[in-house]
Amino acid sequence: MTLLRVEQIDSRYGLLQAVKGVSFEVTEGETVALIGANGAGKTTLLRTIAGAHRPSSGRILFDGADVTRVPTHRRVSMGIALVPEGRRLFPGLTVEENLRVAVVPGRRGRWNVQAVLEVFPLLQPRRRLLAANLSGGEQQAVAIGRALLSNPRLLLLDEVSLGLAPVVVNAVYKSLEAVISEGTTVLLVEQDLTRALSVAGRVICLLEGRIVLEGESRSLDRDRVVGAYFGLRRPVAGGAPA
Amino acid sequence: MTFVNAVVQGIFLGGYYAVLACGLSIMFGVMRTINLAHGDVAVLGAYITFVIVDRTGASAFVAFLVAVPVMLVLGYVLQLTILERSLKSGILTPLLATFGLSIVIQNLLLITFSPDVRSLGGSAGAVTTAGWHVTSDLTVSALGILVLVVAGALFGAVQLFLSRTRAGWALRATAEDADAAELVGIDSRAMYARATAIAVAIAALGGLFLAIRSVFDPFSGPIQLIFAFEAVVIGGMGSLWGTLVGGIALGVAQTLGAQIHPQYATLAGHVLFLAVLIVRYGGGRVGFPRLRGVVALGRASRQ
Repeated sequence: MTLLRVEQIDSRYGLLQAVKGVSFEVTEGETVALIGANGAGKTTLLRTIAGAHRPSSGRILFDGADVTRVPTHRRVSMGIALVPEGRRLFPGLTVEENLRVAVVPGRRGRWNVQAVLEVFPLLQPRRRLLAANLSGGEQQAVAIGRALLSNPRLLLLDEVSLGLAPVVVNAVYKSLEAVISEGTTVLLVEQDLTRALSVAGRVICLLEGRIVLEGESRSLDRDRVVGAYFGLRRPVAGGAPA
Repeated sequence: MTFVNAVVQGIFLGGYYAVLACGLSIMFGVMRTINLAHGDVAVLGAYITFVIVDRTGASAFVAFLVAVPVMLVLGYVLQLTILERSLKSGILTPLLATFGLSIVIQNLLLITFSPDVRSLGGSAGAVTTAGWHVTSDLTVSALGILVLVVAGALFGAVQLFLSRTRAGWALRATAEDADAAELVGIDSRAMYARATAIAVAIAALGGLFLAIRSVFDPFSGPIQLIFAFEAVVIGGMGSLWGTLVGGIALGVAQTLGAQIHPQYATLAGHVLFLAVLIVRYGGGRVGFPRLRGVVALGRASRQ
């Protein structure tokens, strides 16, 4: 069944229109990757779905309910959680406080502070440290753990690999596999195309605020995705660039 | 010995300043804004307590307990109606809005209660007059001890609330990054409103002590704001325990100044305040523990 339905979303920053009439659906249990060059509107789209950015027009339906006007914190208690770009931890709170403040009373599920610490064992000895004193990978683990603690049905991940060493990225994605295998629906933004194609069952490519390519990861060949990514050619079958 | 007495009296006075400054410090810590009506809110609390005492004949302390829920509601409404809007439009607007609020409160009090000077000293029971002569030069008043103990308990309670409860973490999280707090399910508007409600109720406690210690009239607020503001700055802006220390430092400076000449009391407090400002912001690396925090705040406010 459809968990998330985005209908003709327009999002703007003042005069700049970052997302232009985007529509797509995400089925429960699916993992979908949003890809695209810098400035394609991926982050804005995720923030709009999470409620942190108000769209200028269009609708967002979550589990059949129109959430377009629902404030961000209410969407969290409905089951939408965003791991924001740049992690956005609370630097003056300890790791444990960062996690415990994110527990949403009344949302039951697999995830509690203990379970998060088991999935991210590197955080265990860091529990009492201020979040400001963590390494980038540790901060990312806290950011993901924080989102999981609301026991989301839809997890939105914005460039979780940004600024991390490759070995740390591998560790983060290994932990994410555990999350995905639990049946959580995931919509993620990822710059690394190979990574996106391997993690996600379906890929949506944005170019300048519009969807230019959408399809099953298996059925898409890399050249076509790269072409759509950079807008080198129209994503129609076979057409070679002029 | 008179020197020791001056320091002891200064500590008691400082306890009062710390209570007065506590709410101001919370609002600055959470919302990064100075409520210029803070002193007037304290005086408003004193008047509400005064009215309850006047109508029922109850003790000032009992009347204050009745006034607390009224002040909490007032603070909540104040945030949602005035401060929330002004906070959205830059750092100057909340200052102007609370400055205007200060004038409005003063004049509403003037219209309602006349410019007569009032006091709650007579309705606070024996605590106002009781005291002990430790030596011929050193007197310890029951009220001084009461205020100091309440100040310690208040700061301890606020600290426990912020560091041990989920609501406290949520408040700190909102203070650090309201947008990210929303993303983990925290209603940041409600958090701001709660912070203001708590700050307003604590201001009323300061007003109660003002009214018991001495007298008040509709225009007593601004000077209380100045003392509270000095206590917050001396202790390091954004630091809760610093505010307690700052209040006591201000009190001691004032009583020591009064030892030199009674006119120098307030002046000595201002001099300490200016000295702290110069050392902290002008002197650079003097190794103040809060320096890093102040620098971080400066950076945050420039963003």
